[in-house]
Amino acid sequence: MRRRTLLAASAAGTLSAAGPLLSACVPGRRRAADGRITLRFQSLAWQQESIEANKQLVAEWNAAHPDIRVDYVQGSWDSVHDQLLTSFEGGEAPDIIHDATDDLADFAYGGYLADLTDLLPQRLKDEIPPRTWQTATFAGGIHGVPFLQEPRVLIANRALLERSRVRIPTPERPWSWAEFEAAAGELTGDGTYGVAWPLKEPVSATLNLSLSTGGKVFHRGADGKVTVRFDAADQRVPRVIHDQLGGDRSAARTTLGMGGSDTLPGFFGGKYAMVPLGFSYRQQIVQQAPKGFAWTVLPSPAGPGGDQRQGVSPQTLSIAADSPYQREAARFIDFFLRPPHMVRLARGDWMLPTGLTALRDPALHTRRHGWATGAALAGRLRPAPAQSVRGYPEWKDKVATPALQEYYSGAIGMAELRKRLVEDGNLVLARYQR
Amino acid sequence: MSPRPTARSLRPGAVRRRPTARSLHPSPVRRRPTARRRAARTGQYLALLGYLVFLAFPLLWLVSTAFKPPRELASLHPGWIPDHPTLDNFRQAFDEQPLLRSAGNSLIASLAAAAITVVIATPMAYVMARHHRSPLSRAATGWIVVSQAFPFVLVIIPLFLVLKEVRLIDSLSGLIMVYVVWSLPFALWMLAGYARAVPRELEEAAAVDGASRARTLISVTMPLLAPGIVATALFAFITAWNEFFFALVLLKSPQKQTMPVILTHFIGTEGVADLGPLAAASLLATLPSLVLFAVIQRRITSGTLAGAVKH
Repeated sequence: MRRRTLLAASAAGTLSAAGPLLSACVPGRRRAADGRITLRFQSLAWQQESIEANKQLVAEWNAAHPDIRVDYVQGSWDSVHDQLLTSFEGGEAPDIIHDATDDLADFAYGGYLADLTDLLPQRLKDEIPPRTWQTATFAGGIHGVPFLQEPRVLIANRALLERSRVRIPTPERPWSWAEFEAAAGELTGDGTYGVAWPLKEPVSATLNLSLSTGGKVFHRGADGKVTVRFDAADQRVPRVIHDQLGGDRSAARTTLGMGGSDTLPGFFGGKYAMVPLGFSYRQQIVQQAPKGFAWTVLPSPAGPGGDQRQGVSPQTLSIAADSPYQREAARFIDFFLRPPHMVRLARGDWMLPTGLTALRDPALHTRRHGWATGAALAGRLRPAPAQSVRGYPEWKDKVATPALQEYYSGAIGMAELRKRLVEDGNLVLARYQR
Repeated sequence: MSPRPTARSLRPGAVRRRPTARSLHPSPVRRRPTARRRAARTGQYLALLGYLVFLAFPLLWLVSTAFKPPRELASLHPGWIPDHPTLDNFRQAFDEQPLLRSAGNSLIASLAAAAITVVIATPMAYVMARHHRSPLSRAATGWIVVSQAFPFVLVIIPLFLVLKEVRLIDSLSGLIMVYVVWSLPFALWMLAGYARAVPRELEEAAAVDGASRARTLISVTMPLLAPGIVATALFAFITAWNEFFFALVLLKSPQKQTMPVILTHFIGTEGVADLGPLAAASLLATLPSLVLFAVIQRRITSGTLAGAVKH
């Protein structure tokens, strides 16, 4: 206590010495004298339409609930993890937190996020399929409401596709991985590559697409501990990408270090016939494509037996464990995620809603901008393999990303890749599971 | 023998040059520049030009990007000059994010941090320079060196807890205090260097002329320290203006967020950026630093030269 007082006194002393330049503006109490509550909602919406949709819904809530006011706070995907971590540690986290399931594990296991199991209304629980709830379930508790998700799709140059002799895949009849390889080869030539894999962040793309070939990578044992394996089913998709880059050269090697957006100029310029991207990239394509440029959305290739499963990490809404107003926050989430609202949010972010009623909305089944293709894939989306693995971020950054980048560039072979992912990877995970 | 200088005669504009051996015995024939020297000088200018282009390239590209419509941003062969220049990026940036408010917050935090840093660092640096052998001065120098070894992430949580204790979380005052503390060691080190360069003999001369200690400091030492003070203020201002992580963690209310935090709101998942509005907002964010440099660069240069001829 004495130490705290000393710190406080020294800090206050320094502050008072600064004089009038420092006009203190400390946060006000969040329950007003008349009993009104103020909740802080940190949103990560970043595209214009998405920000508008979020702000409108908050305004509608505030108009209908004058006793529970929600303050909209803008966060950023770029820094959300660090910002939340320090906020949690300091006891100043927002009440309602927008994030994604792949970022929740450490916060959930760390006890920073409230268990929503008893807070959420049955309506909302029934609205979202169990497999989607799994993505935000950690240690038996629900720590976020998954509400938006995006499959990985192939965005294709329609003119090049129609000019070639390849069969155009549909969600009902997708390409197999072998057909995809053949199609990419067919589309290659005259300065055009069949496909451009943006592999700046190769891990999530590789792992999530590998679900279709039965890949799993992370295996949970009877003792609850997770180990890394990299078996034949896990190797199928990386091998395809590797062969396209270094074998028949149907994939451009220049995109190895690129992010999704970086491939778009080449795509618009006819250098690449297809680009595997997240569903929401359509917004950029609509905004940036040259006039008259025809493009289409194709489903990602399927594994044996037409298996189209792929991993996703939906966006979530969570409640801070130390929020004094958890029930009120849950009421806001229920309002925010009503089916028509979910549709507005999905359209704003160019993603798919997780809610079954919202997913049936006709606006999401139009063929325009490939909405129908994406909506048809919603049933095949599964929790990303790394979802609940503690230590995944470190495994990804220190082991998997460099190893996969070296493998795709041809610097190492499959045996070395496997050795690094498994041996080095298990050392990393073991530290988190003692 | 030249007369002893007085405090008055030592003002920057009124300095007399002491004759040197070289000036007393000028060489009879000034050598004309040879072709070789001219070529060397041309090479120097070319190298300087190359360096300037290298330095200016990101800024020029930023300007170009800020005025390009989305379609040109995704062009396979981007040009320097936009084909269809537009202000839409600026309009969108202002519509989506509170740029003016955040710029105002950044300005308050940066100016206050720079002012307080200078006010604290100047006397400290002077004392350190004049008593550099004292144990206190050595301890301060050690503190400066040690403080540079601490990364943000190491101090942020303890700092957060301390500031929370004194109710300075989510307040510009708290942020300003952090900025001052953060830039003080380096500012002190910088200013102490300038202070050491001010000859002690000048202060003694002023004292002989009857100037009081305070008068000597105000009329002799401070003018000579001016370039150092300006450079230090500039350093503290720019450090605070560009600072992101403390502002991200310490400020919670949208009304108080600073410019660097607001800029990240144009970045989405997987690093995808709304490039046009981001470039427009970033361009606006660079303006205060550029203006500040433009305004005070002459002060730095003239001050430095004024100090140089004292010796």
